[in-house]
Amino acid sequence: MDVMKKVPVREQAPDIRNKNFDEVCLGYNEEEAIEEATRCINCKNAQCIKGCPVSINIPEFIHNVKEGNFAEAYKTIGKSSALPAVCGRVCPQESQCEGKCIRGIKGEPISIGKLERFVADWARENKVEPEMPSEKKNKKVAVIGSGPSGLTCAGDLAKMGYDVTIFEALHEAGGVLVYGIPEFRLPKQTVVASEIENVKKLGVKIETNVVIGKSMTIDQLLEEEGFEAVFVGSGAGLPRFMGIPGENANGVFSANEYLTRSNLMKAFKEDYDTPIARFKKVAVVGGGNVAMDAARTALRLGAEVHIVYRRSEEELPARAEEVHHAKEEGIIFDLLTNPTEIITDENGWVSGIKCVKMELGEPDASGRRKPVEIPDSGFTMELDAVIMSLGTSPNPLIHSTTAGLDVNKRQCIIAEEDTGKTTKEAVYAGGDAVTGAATVILAMGAGKAGAKGIDEYLSNK
Amino acid sequence: MYKILKAEKLAEKIYLMDVEAPRVAKHCEPGQFIIVKMDEKGERIPLTICDFNREKGIVTIVFQIVGASTEKMAHLQAGDAFSDFVGPLGCASELIHEDIEELKKKKIVFVAGGVGTAPVYPQVKWLHEHGVDVDVIVGAKNKDLILLEDEMKAVAGNLYITTDDGSYVRKGMGTDVLKELVNEKGMKYDLCIAIGPLIMMKFVCLLTKELGIPTVVSMNPIMVDGTGMCGACRLQVGDAIKFACVDGPEFDGHLVDFDQAMKRQQMYKTEEGRAMLKLQEGDTHHGGCGNCN
Repeated sequence: MDVMKKVPVREQAPDIRNKNFDEVCLGYNEEEAIEEATRCINCKNAQCIKGCPVSINIPEFIHNVKEGNFAEAYKTIGKSSALPAVCGRVCPQESQCEGKCIRGIKGEPISIGKLERFVADWARENKVEPEMPSEKKNKKVAVIGSGPSGLTCAGDLAKMGYDVTIFEALHEAGGVLVYGIPEFRLPKQTVVASEIENVKKLGVKIETNVVIGKSMTIDQLLEEEGFEAVFVGSGAGLPRFMGIPGENANGVFSANEYLTRSNLMKAFKEDYDTPIARFKKVAVVGGGNVAMDAARTALRLGAEVHIVYRRSEEELPARAEEVHHAKEEGIIFDLLTNPTEIITDENGWVSGIKCVKMELGEPDASGRRKPVEIPDSGFTMELDAVIMSLGTSPNPLIHSTTAGLDVNKRQCIIAEEDTGKTTKEAVYAGGDAVTGAATVILAMGAGKAGAKGIDEYLSNK
Repeated sequence: MYKILKAEKLAEKIYLMDVEAPRVAKHCEPGQFIIVKMDEKGERIPLTICDFNREKGIVTIVFQIVGASTEKMAHLQAGDAFSDFVGPLGCASELIHEDIEELKKKKIVFVAGGVGTAPVYPQVKWLHEHGVDVDVIVGAKNKDLILLEDEMKAVAGNLYITTDDGSYVRKGMGTDVLKELVNEKGMKYDLCIAIGPLIMMKFVCLLTKELGIPTVVSMNPIMVDGTGMCGACRLQVGDAIKFACVDGPEFDGHLVDFDQAMKRQQMYKTEEGRAMLKLQEGDTHHGGCGNCN
């Protein structure tokens, strides 16, 4: 064994997995996990913990794995994270815990994400129960949204003994974990549903089909329904479009719509009623993780798929692992390319997109080199569908119906980072509703901060 | 689960259901809609609210069979239940935010087409309860497709009914009646609210533009989540792209691009047709619909 290298993780072969929706990564088995864990040098001043938005005691859990004490390892992670099986799969470890790993200076860092996933999967398969809250506080807290921030906040508050109810707008709990991230990256039944079940075991109630801001307002929760504090984790749901001609043509989708049809509504399965059109050639515009998810979904539904991105490979915002997987599966990357118009046939369906070639100029406000159009470089791609994956902005439903809850210029709720405290008393917020579209783990970190803030507020009330 | 307390066939392919949904009943207002999902594998179907009873916690919906899912839904009986029923969604009709005394001074006409009578009803009822009497024109293909006639008569100021084929009251479209009221009877309307099929709303808007009557329409495009997340329901309204689910469903009819909306409505027609055939023919369905292998 080469201690400089990660123990490789088993995956479905690219030319097999690009035709099914089963999970791509198969994870470590016990031997592989123990072997990988022995690479950890158990640093005294562990940098990895500092890289983790929820501060999991990483060296301790890895030490437990090394000793074969998987249940102990699960307990260690459980102290900081309510969703380890999810995070082990979708966290950008390379820029967080693994990015700080001392092993990574000379060789490859410890595969912390894969070890976390192993521990969580092992605990599920061996039916290890989460630790129950020891005391009951007779105080009701409402959590809006059952995505990563809401679940984390609710789980933490329940562990402190609060009586927590989550209100979810959709018919199923999980937020972006169920509507956004595809089955082949994050299995819904085995992984997401069982982690939500664990949160429920802590005593958290989840009420689906309640749209706060419509079915009920925050003030009504506080005044009529007896809640003493509210955490808003409603996510960043509104899709952006480019504003180019032809964008309302049939066959142009937001990545949100395309993924919601496939993931939440399970349109990729024959026996579900929601339709999803199967296309021959699809362009996915954008370069983030969501773009990769949409592209790989369209590929599995039988299309030739092109990622159309206006900057170069280096600037792709998606995780390296996702780009690597997408390429392996046969996604074509048309980089430094920008759509200018969507062309339609006589029935209003997409028949192609007009694009221009770009080159990188001076760095812009984001620090990335600004893409500049190359003159006379226009060309047309023939296609039958376009998926716009240009990011999202927060949903105005909540702040527009809550007096005193202030938002910033970008329509994000203003909240203190350490506590989630907003401009309205008893109301806390975190996750994409505050930051704009970010990652699962950052939302979880904000959920933890919100739970802490709410506990402080209610303890002093 | 959301229990169905009453299920009634109003006309060919048109059904009414009373559903137990206390949270929705408590907060819904005229103009808003709900999304219903029959079971685990069902679609999310947006439907306008026809009536509600806050005390009893009941919401009344009316729907027309347009595809496989609504066909399945039509078979549900009192005592059955929907797995999901979410709402109220969308914005309430602007009327309910206006000053009642101002409203009383206005002359308002509603034009309802076919199943569009259902969402018109709660608005007319609300206005009636607030002392505002309005004119209502109800149009349908034939006598059998005229809905909620008695209910509407009880709350409308004047009710004008018309049928395309002349099988009831008179022959003609809703637009014909409106044209006559304005041009021949000298009616001066300050506001028109038109709800019905896209093609009907388009023609009402063309007419009211000519007559100079501001017009509000209620759009019912394809939706998935209904909370602003997916953008499937986007419409071109003037220079802006609007989402029917959160910005609407009511819009200035003179700004809506109806031709584009009609094209978008067709987006899943082939899939819908295929699903419908499969449902009707069951295991005996072996292609022929143009979309199967």
